[in-house]
Amino acid sequence: MRWSAILKRLALIPPTLLGVGAIVFVLLRVVPGDPIAMMIPPGASPADIARLRALYGLDQPLLAQFVTWLGQVASGDFGRSISLRQQVFELVGARLPATLELAALAVALALMMGVAVAVVGSLLRGSRLEWLLDTANGFFLAIPDFLWALILLLGFGVLLPLLPISGRLDPQLAVAFRTHFYLIESLLTLRFDVAADLLRHMLLPSLALALPFAALVARLLKAQLAEAEDQDYAQIARTRGFSRTTILQREVFPNALIPTVALSGVQVTLLLGGTVLVERIFSYEGIGNMAIDAVINRDFPLIQGLILTFAVLFIALNLAVDLLVAVLDPRLRHG
Amino acid sequence: MSAVLEIDNLHVAIGAANVLRGVSLRVEAGEVRGLVGESGAGKSMVGRTIFGLLPAKAAIRAGQVQFEGRDLLAMPDKERRGLLGRRIALIPQDPMTSLNPVRRIGAQMVALLQLHLGLSKRAALDRAADLLAEVAIRDPARVLQLYPHELSGGMRQRVLIAMAFACDPALVIADEPTTALDVTVQRQVLQLVERMRQRHDAAILFVTHDLGVVAKICRSMTVLHAGRVLEDGPTADVLVKPHHAYTRALLAATPRADRPADALKPVPPALIESLWAEARRLDQLTATRPA
Repeated sequence: MRWSAILKRLALIPPTLLGVGAIVFVLLRVVPGDPIAMMIPPGASPADIARLRALYGLDQPLLAQFVTWLGQVASGDFGRSISLRQQVFELVGARLPATLELAALAVALALMMGVAVAVVGSLLRGSRLEWLLDTANGFFLAIPDFLWALILLLGFGVLLPLLPISGRLDPQLAVAFRTHFYLIESLLTLRFDVAADLLRHMLLPSLALALPFAALVARLLKAQLAEAEDQDYAQIARTRGFSRTTILQREVFPNALIPTVALSGVQVTLLLGGTVLVERIFSYEGIGNMAIDAVINRDFPLIQGLILTFAVLFIALNLAVDLLVAVLDPRLRHG
Repeated sequence: MSAVLEIDNLHVAIGAANVLRGVSLRVEAGEVRGLVGESGAGKSMVGRTIFGLLPAKAAIRAGQVQFEGRDLLAMPDKERRGLLGRRIALIPQDPMTSLNPVRRIGAQMVALLQLHLGLSKRAALDRAADLLAEVAIRDPARVLQLYPHELSGGMRQRVLIAMAFACDPALVIADEPTTALDVTVQRQVLQLVERMRQRHDAAILFVTHDLGVVAKICRSMTVLHAGRVLEDGPTADVLVKPHHAYTRALLAATPRADRPADALKPVPPALIESLWAEARRLDQLTATRPA
């Protein structure tokens, strides 16, 4: 990708976010439910309710509310959470790292498993074991992440209680963290006991997110490997006396990787969306779990802040995938 | 004179269909032999058998392929791989798809030179640059840094020719190397192949459907149809005094500068049909009398 193309993509980000913001803002106020109704004690007078509504600006016309919110967001103020009574920016900032660490671990696990399955499947091509592997892969692909979460929770949390099933860190490990990237920080400060406990908490939820994604990567990569192996350059490498392993590694894999990254990269957004339910199931303190609470409480500012956060993540991810594909494919680099 | 390649009574079938029905041919050291035939004659299958690139369902039913006196089909895979690319090399048909699109020209040439000649990376790069200079590529050092898509088809074919001759092979199989090229480039490529052959002292098996090309560069030729050798001999003899009716028909169907275009005659369909019927009769004979 050339610089002009990257700049074009960057220029599209503000209008995209504006669109996302407008849709969320309007949708929230059109659907039934109201944050004030969730917070007032029973028996509050209509005058009290009206005063509260005015306090949060909810008595203004929709457009006026939107313009006010937009102005605040533009100056970096995402408002205060109505239910948690804290700045949205701080709340999201404290929870986002937990989700990012979880998603990164899930993607890493999925890539390892997916690539391994695809390579093994390619080596088994034509045998009965290949059929078995494909069938198993289809099974993993068909079960969604939240169902995996429940299965893993039952299997390794309840029936075979090997791993913790809720939270991010054992509360008895009292550690004063300086950042919210607990895993990265504990690794950098060499607190491996803490890192191990964090990983134990992350393992089941990240596995639930990783399994369907790994199956997707395996299927895509395996198909691409088969296609690349049929290409002239791979066949011609055989006429030059290279071994099958060398050809797979040098000729086939780098070529199969390009479409696989392009196709599966955008699917990481699905994995991020999956964190909402999976974090809930494992009571993991990330933004997904927070989003459910925010919706239950009709916490307009918090919902808006969280959706914008997801939108920024998705946009960044798509851009990153495009850049990665350009790094892998010289034909795209030269435009 | 000794033969570099000696194919004897080669039978290859894909599933139930016979594609080679007892092909025999010899390529002498340093000679250029044309292997001529129409599509489906089985000429690519000869090359595929030598390189071990037969399709998954293909089987070698009978016959021998001897390279420098050693049986290629009987030798262990590893030993054969030691010969491929080093003693037996291929000039592929389509230069546009024959180079790995994500690796630099230099990396692809160095990998080959390191595999077979055990050169250091530095030495391999130097040798690669020399080879590119041999095939008349200007500024070889720069071309080594380029990716295939940055080169024209003609340039890519030159790179592939350089790679074929890189390890001084005894035999180069040229699989219709000019078919995918522009007519103006074809001639240069033919001259280049001939020059490289002389310099590296290799024999060439030139697979083509183009009698014009054969007349230009091949000393001897083999005519293949339906997986059978119909005619074999020095090019001059075969072209002047063809024995087989099919060869005569092919010649009559080949455009020539000294003949008006309307003198061209297509190969008679009845002749093709009788040849296929003959091939099928042969199949039945071998089926009832197991080889």
